[in-house]
Amino acid sequence: MDGLSLRLEYGSVLALLGPNGAGKTTAIEICEGFRRPDSGTVRVLGLDPIADARALRPRVGVMLQDGVGGYRDARSIELLRLFASYAAHPQDPSELLELVGLTDAGATAVKRLSGGQQQRLSLALALVARPELVFLDEPTAGMDPQARRATWDIVRQLRADGVSVVLTTHFLDEAEQLADTVVVIDSGRVVAAGTPADLTRAGAEGQIRFHAEPGLKLASLLIALPNGTAAIEQEPGRYLVSGDVNPQLLATLTAWCAAEGVMANNLAVERRSLEDVFLELTGRELRT
Amino acid sequence: MTTFAPAAGAAPRARMLSAQTAIEFRLQLRNAEQVGLTLIIPLLLLFFFNLPLLYSLGVSRRIEFVVPSIIALAVMSAAFTGLAIGAGFERKYAVLKRLGATALPRGVLVAAKTLSVLLLEVVQVVLIGALGVALAWHPHGNPGYAVVLVVLGTAAFGGLGLLIAGTLRAEATLAAANLVWLVLLFAGGIAIPLSKYPHGVASVLQYLPSAALSDGLHRVLQDGAGIPLHDLAALTVWAVLALPAAARWFRWE
Repeated sequence: MDGLSLRLEYGSVLALLGPNGAGKTTAIEICEGFRRPDSGTVRVLGLDPIADARALRPRVGVMLQDGVGGYRDARSIELLRLFASYAAHPQDPSELLELVGLTDAGATAVKRLSGGQQQRLSLALALVARPELVFLDEPTAGMDPQARRATWDIVRQLRADGVSVVLTTHFLDEAEQLADTVVVIDSGRVVAAGTPADLTRAGAEGQIRFHAEPGLKLASLLIALPNGTAAIEQEPGRYLVSGDVNPQLLATLTAWCAAEGVMANNLAVERRSLEDVFLELTGRELRT
Repeated sequence: MTTFAPAAGAAPRARMLSAQTAIEFRLQLRNAEQVGLTLIIPLLLLFFFNLPLLYSLGVSRRIEFVVPSIIALAVMSAAFTGLAIGAGFERKYAVLKRLGATALPRGVLVAAKTLSVLLLEVVQVVLIGALGVALAWHPHGNPGYAVVLVVLGTAAFGGLGLLIAGTLRAEATLAAANLVWLVLLFAGGIAIPLSKYPHGVASVLQYLPSAALSDGLHRVLQDGAGIPLHDLAALTVWAVLALPAAARWFRWE
């Protein structure tokens, strides 16, 4: 961690986004009280995660990365009932098990659950004590697409019911779908933060790609296009127009093509995605 | 429709303790290796050591010696080897880390583990006593002294087991706990009376926790002696050294 600064509004969802090894788990484990920061200040619900652990634990739900972290020989429903017994006003364990789609696996030993099922049980364990705040470390890792959607629905419902959520993910669509605030971190530092819309709006609004014969005279196109719009031939015959993409711009482009007798193939209007932003910020090389 | 509206708060400690003890106890009985180690092996050894095959004990009724030995072995199996292996793998699989993120206080967790070991020992003593009686065992002495010995032995062995489990890797704990168990079975005054060893060796071995527990149980249950102060003192020293050391060096992850 290097000068990482995070703030979470009560009842909102914050996504920590970053490549493997960026420090997402370290950051979340400091907030959970598992690690002591070398320096700096952490306050969770106004409390110190280590010094005030006794007061904080009952108010916070935790989903660890990699597996359930519960008794491996215990059955799913047993483990959920055990965790419910720690809480003053727990959720009904059977209902919660149904909500995460594990009713049929209630009698299955934890160690015999599939990876995705373990994640769902782990989510249920984080929620059973009706916490005010939950930390979900890569909640949908290893889940199939259906379970992922169901988990997203649960996170949305948590937010709607006034629970604050901090989640880590390296799925960009997950952050885009769920988070009020996305914090992109890399090497323990914040490289960008804001709403998903803010982050994707930064820089170019959008772009248009098309294929045509190589060597078009783009100078005359640029005269036709509004100021601030760029048009380049990326490779022979591959063109990219970027700027404030709106219907007027598209009409101008196609009118210019018609006047020049240019057939624009594979014309595509693209929005800048969070993935583009992410790759720009954290580089394209593979992480080890 | 489930609502997630926050209603946080910890349950009363008594409720946590009973739920935690119940699951710890059930899981002990569900684990085949643990059942083998803590129940089946002691019962088999009770049967075989009672056959005068291996060596002469120089006592008229062999069963009078064997039953207290096997009770000492059972306590060592449950409180030391079983507890160490269980806790070692709970560390490895992040069970203890996960529990650390709940409202369950560590003190309640440790109390529940202690209670579940004591419950297991009740089951062990009942089964060993029943098989002993079937083999014509007649206990002597004050059973209250035997209970005190077993509780102190549990504290000493439990502390040592947690010290190993909390500092070594799970696989190393498995190896060490089984090896120590085997060594103490034969060299720790359980299967072979220390009187069979040279005097100088025996005078050192008698202070091992297994020897103190075994000797105390023999004095009470075999000879009908009074309070075995010497053995209780030895077990107390082990407990007083091991428990704080385990608390000091136990790594939860």
